[in-house]
Order: sequence, then C-alpha cells, then structure tokens
Amino acid sequence: MAARTLYEKLWDSHVVSTRDDGSALLYIDRHLVHEVTSPQAFEGLTLAGRTPWRLDANLATVDHNVPTENQSAGVDAIADPTSRIQVKTLDANCDAFGITQFKMADPRAGIVHVIGPEQGATLPGMTVVCGDSHTSTHGAFGALAHGIGTSEVEHVLATQCLVTQKMKTMRIRISGPLGFGVTAKDVILYVIGQIGTAGGTGCAIEFAGEAIESLSMEGRMTVCNMAIEAGARAGLIAVDQTTIDYVQGRPYAPTGADWARAVAAWSELHSDSDAHFDVDIAIDGTLIEPQVSWGTNPEMVTGVHGVVPDPALIDDPTKREGVERALKYMGLTARQSIQSIQLDRVFIGSCTNSRIEDLREAARVVEGKRVAGSVRQALVVPGSGLVKREAEREGLDQIFRAAGFEWRDPGCSMCLAMNADRLGAGEHCASTSNRNFEGRQGTGGRTHLVSPAMAAAAAIAGHFVDVREW
Amino acid sequence: MQQFIRETGVVMPLDRANVDTDQIIPKQYLKSIKRTGFGVNLFDDWRYLDPGEPDTDHSTRRINPEFILNEPRYRDAKILLARDNFGCGSSREHAPWAIMEYGFRAVIAPSFADIFFNNSFKNGLLPLVLDAALVDALFARTQGAETYALTIDLAAQTLLGEDGWSAGFSIDPFRKTCLLEGLDEIGLTLKEADAIRAYESRRRADAPWLFRE
Repeated sequence: MAARTLYEKLWDSHVVSTRDDGSALLYIDRHLVHEVTSPQAFEGLTLAGRTPWRLDANLATVDHNVPTENQSAGVDAIADPTSRIQVKTLDANCDAFGITQFKMADPRAGIVHVIGPEQGATLPGMTVVCGDSHTSTHGAFGALAHGIGTSEVEHVLATQCLVTQKMKTMRIRISGPLGFGVTAKDVILYVIGQIGTAGGTGCAIEFAGEAIESLSMEGRMTVCNMAIEAGARAGLIAVDQTTIDYVQGRPYAPTGADWARAVAAWSELHSDSDAHFDVDIAIDGTLIEPQVSWGTNPEMVTGVHGVVPDPALIDDPTKREGVERALKYMGLTARQSIQSIQLDRVFIGSCTNSRIEDLREAARVVEGKRVAGSVRQALVVPGSGLVKREAEREGLDQIFRAAGFEWRDPGCSMCLAMNADRLGAGEHCASTSNRNFEGRQGTGGRTHLVSPAMAAAAAIAGHFVDVREW
Repeated sequence: MQQFIRETGVVMPLDRANVDTDQIIPKQYLKSIKRTGFGVNLFDDWRYLDPGEPDTDHSTRRINPEFILNEPRYRDAKILLARDNFGCGSSREHAPWAIMEYGFRAVIAPSFADIFFNNSFKNGLLPLVLDAALVDALFARTQGAETYALTIDLAAQTLLGEDGWSAGFSIDPFRKTCLLEGLDEIGLTLKEADAIRAYESRRRADAPWLFRE
C-alpha cells in the first residue's frame, strides 16, 4: 500500500461508502453534545420521527452558558432565564433519548473538550465530532476530530455518519527544543501568526517535530485546539507513548485484552515516513518567545518584546484596513510596545487552557504575590469538576485566592461570555482563551490571547511582562 | 431545506476580510433553542449603537447609520459580497440562519471558513467562491452605482449583472443537487442504513472497545 498520512489512515478506516464526486459517508465513533448547538437538532429529530442511531456513541454535558458560581445550587438557580431554559432543554433531551450526560455540578461535568479526553471518551483512532469548532482539540490523540454545525449534529444523531469531503493534508514541523518558559500556547499562537487565520483552510493540520513530541498530552491538546484559528477544521498529532500513558486507566478507556489490542492498533497511528502532504511547513521552534495577541483575530500576534504594527507600512489595502480597524477597536496605537498594555481583567480558563497543568503553571507564577490593584478582576475557571477537585487537592485554589484571584466552578465562562462572566466595553483582558474577535468576551471588550503563565504574570504586574524574567 | 435555483437581487458590499461568526451573530443570541428569530440580530455589534440582549426590543435600539446594512438602498439586498475567510470562527449554524432570515440568499467571497461554508449548504444559503479578481470587479460595480443587481443561476453556474457583466462559478456537484432540489440529507443517508450496519459490524470486530453496548 502506498505511504499514507495519519489523516489518510483515519479517513480510510472510517469510510462507509464513497460517491463519484469524491465525497464519502464517514462513520463517527464519538459524538460530544452540549447545550448550545443541540436543541434544534433534537427538535429536528423529533419532528421527523427519528431516534438516535447509536446511543453509546454520544456523551453530553453543559458548559457554554452555565454559571461559574454556586453550581451546586442547581439548574433552577441559574439567574439568566434563557440560559436556564437552554440547560434544562439539554437535560430533558438527554433524559428523553437516553443519552449519557454529565449534568451541571456532576464532578465529571465541565468543558466538553476537557471532559472527553479526561474520561477516555476520546481515544486514538476515533472520529470525534461535536457542534463546536474547538473539537479539533481531540486530534491530539491521533483522532480525526472536527467541529460541525447543528444540521450535522442532527445528521450524526440520526445516522452515526457524516457526508464529507476529504480535506487537504498539511504538516507543520516545529523543531526544538522550545526555550525556557515557552509553552504550547505560545507555539500555536506563533504558528497562527506565521500562517494566518486562513492558512489551514480546507486542511487537516498534522503538528509534528521535536517541539510537539516534547509536549505533554495537555500541551498537545492546546495546540490542536487552536488549529481552527488557523482555519483548519482538524489538527492532528501522531500517537506515541505519551498518548498511550495518558489514556491508560481512564473510565472509558479499554481494559484487559482489549487494552493490548488497542495499543497494538494505535501504534499505526502516525504518518508513514515517505507520506506526501499537500502542504509541508517547517518552523524553527527555538525562535518562539512568549506570545501576546494585539488585534482582533488570532494571527494578530507578536512576541512579548514586540510592538503593535504600523498600518502605514502595510501595502495590501484590505490588510491595512483590517489592522487600522483592529487598532481602533483595541484602543492601541501603532508601534506601541506590548508591555505597555495595561490590563483590567485576567481570565485563566477555556477549552484551550483550563487543565491541571495550566493551573499549576499559573499558580507557580502567582504564588506569594498579589494581583495588581489596577486589575479589576482575575478569574480562574477550571475546565472540569475533576480538574477543580485535583487543583484543590494540590492547594492551587489557596494560592490563587491568596493572590486575589477568584476561584470558580467549571465552564466555558469568559472565553465567550455567554454566562455572567464578561468584559465591559473598552476593558483589556489577558486571556488564556482562543479568540480575540471583537466583542467575543463581552461587547466592546478587548482580548489579548496569552499562555496561563503569561496571564498570571500580567495579573500581578497589571500589564504584560515577560514571564521568563519573572 | 429551502431550494436555491435562480435568484436575482441587490448586492450589498461588505468590504472586510475575516468576518467572523461572533460578528455575524453574537453569542448572547445563541441561547435560543429555536432556529428562528436571528435575522434582527445579524451583525448586531456593527448594526446597532447600543448593546442588545435576547429580551431587548430591538426595534427601539439606536441603529448605526455608518454600517452599510442600515443604508436604505440595501434594505432588500439578497446577495452579500465580502472578502477572504468569511465566516471564520465558531461552528454556530446560527450564522447562516441569521443571514438567511435577514433576507440574503447568497454570500459571495474569494474564500470561506470551512464550517461556515458547510453549514450554509445545509440551510439553502449559497456560499459562492469567486476568484479575487472577480470579487474585485463586483466590488467596483457596487461602488460605482446606487445599487447593483445580480442574477445567480445555480443550474447554469453563472452570474449575470444588470449591466451585462457575467462570470461562471464552480460548485461541488452533490451540494449543487441538494440545493437545487432542497434535499433532506438525513433521508438520503438513511437509504444507506445497510452499509452503515455492515461497517459497524466490521468495526465492532476490529475495535470492540469503541462499543459499550
């Protein structure tokens, strides 16, 4: 057989049937469900008199608009009536159809892209979909994972398949070693800065090279999570011992004889050495420094010692106008230094950076220090009930609280501000989330994307600082 | 799904790249459990000067006179013209729902974000990819006239402007058929139920750990 990429192996092993135009009916092993993109799909299913094809492939949770305070008071205590109805609708749909759901305040509940891997519900070799663009996260396990819209949520519920076109293959090889204090978040922000927000459109991006191999599974999830911010629906990383060690022993992971069979099968989940990629990019990982975004999309990013660009120096008119509009929205001036940006709020959380290693990294920076008086609010929102429990066992919550951070219940929170956690107009936020679009964290809010360590250091200093000098 | 066969309408030029889904329909409106009601909040942050919430009476909000959507000449626009990477960001299908409900039937751009592109087809909204030079030509025409009307003929895969300007475009044949006929894709897939079951039995034999029931 001809040499194949990891993407092609995953594709080939899930094709149910093919069509003359090159599209295929692709089988879906895991469907993750949350409250925002599913109600209309369940309604469509009911109206058509259909039932889910395979219940055990689905796993649901509420994350996007749950409050991050006092979840133990229950769903009826959710103050926002529209959020409450949406959460209750998912509960009712899962109960009615018999879908496994981790309801709010269940310790296993949390952000859908945190709990899937945490439970072992995301496994190497799977196809994983969810009505959320950050489903690319799960590609860190050598799984083909991507976001879908509500029509496709309904399609997967009804048929366990998707009609889909093959993506192009792109490999991004990042050499190592990464410098001291440089994290997975800095790697992916740097990559997006290099290839642009549409650089991976139409592609599944396989991340490879020493810098990627050296990352933990949590770091790899951070990288794949933001593949979508480079335009790629799917990110991928080959399976290695790090992957297998992470998966072993998790509730949904195979056991006994199945475990040995699974590990043998997963050992094939890498691109063949002579496989052809449609696009192959090499990046010198040793050049990456801690990154800070300054604009209104994730490619508008620079190193912590950088400056905001000068639109007058940009020739392409569409790009120049984009930068001018971004600077106006962000309240920044051309050539302003990144470290001069003063912060009003700090958010540590989201499906990008809310796992235990992220919280440890931030806690190390803030231990024994205090949030700057000029910072109105500094939030830590763990990615799941289990992450929260582990952090508390390690005493991280005490470190954060002592430094002046608020310690919250799990959820998507200020990443997209569907709940009460949001920025005020004009406020600058150092955020460990994934999107700095206009209004993303609250109408008029100004988001700067950074790593957990950089967000933590910025909270203490009140402005951006190089965490390596901290 | 609403069919798309042939549409004629005014083109509204939105001269921006990277128009993201948070701009198309902001998150506070995603709390709805319905498929409808999003049109009034299309481009909400750009369109209104004061902030809105789902329970706001939007008819009383201050409109932004500088945003092109609010210009009277584009009130009945049916075709949205934009720059690269339209629809980037989230998977929210509320984005094409909002665009359709407002009254647009097609979006023309040099490139689209993948998930938005895919979602549009499921709802009878045509995302039409056109070479950057042709997009430039269309922008020039819309900017050179009070309004500029265009006919999109999906069956023939042609564009015809009111001044005689014309161009062809390409489209995936399966998606074209679905749009022309307004097909229910789930119904089509379920015709292959036997193939899906056969795949499942092979998969269960090869990877039993993926099946818990």
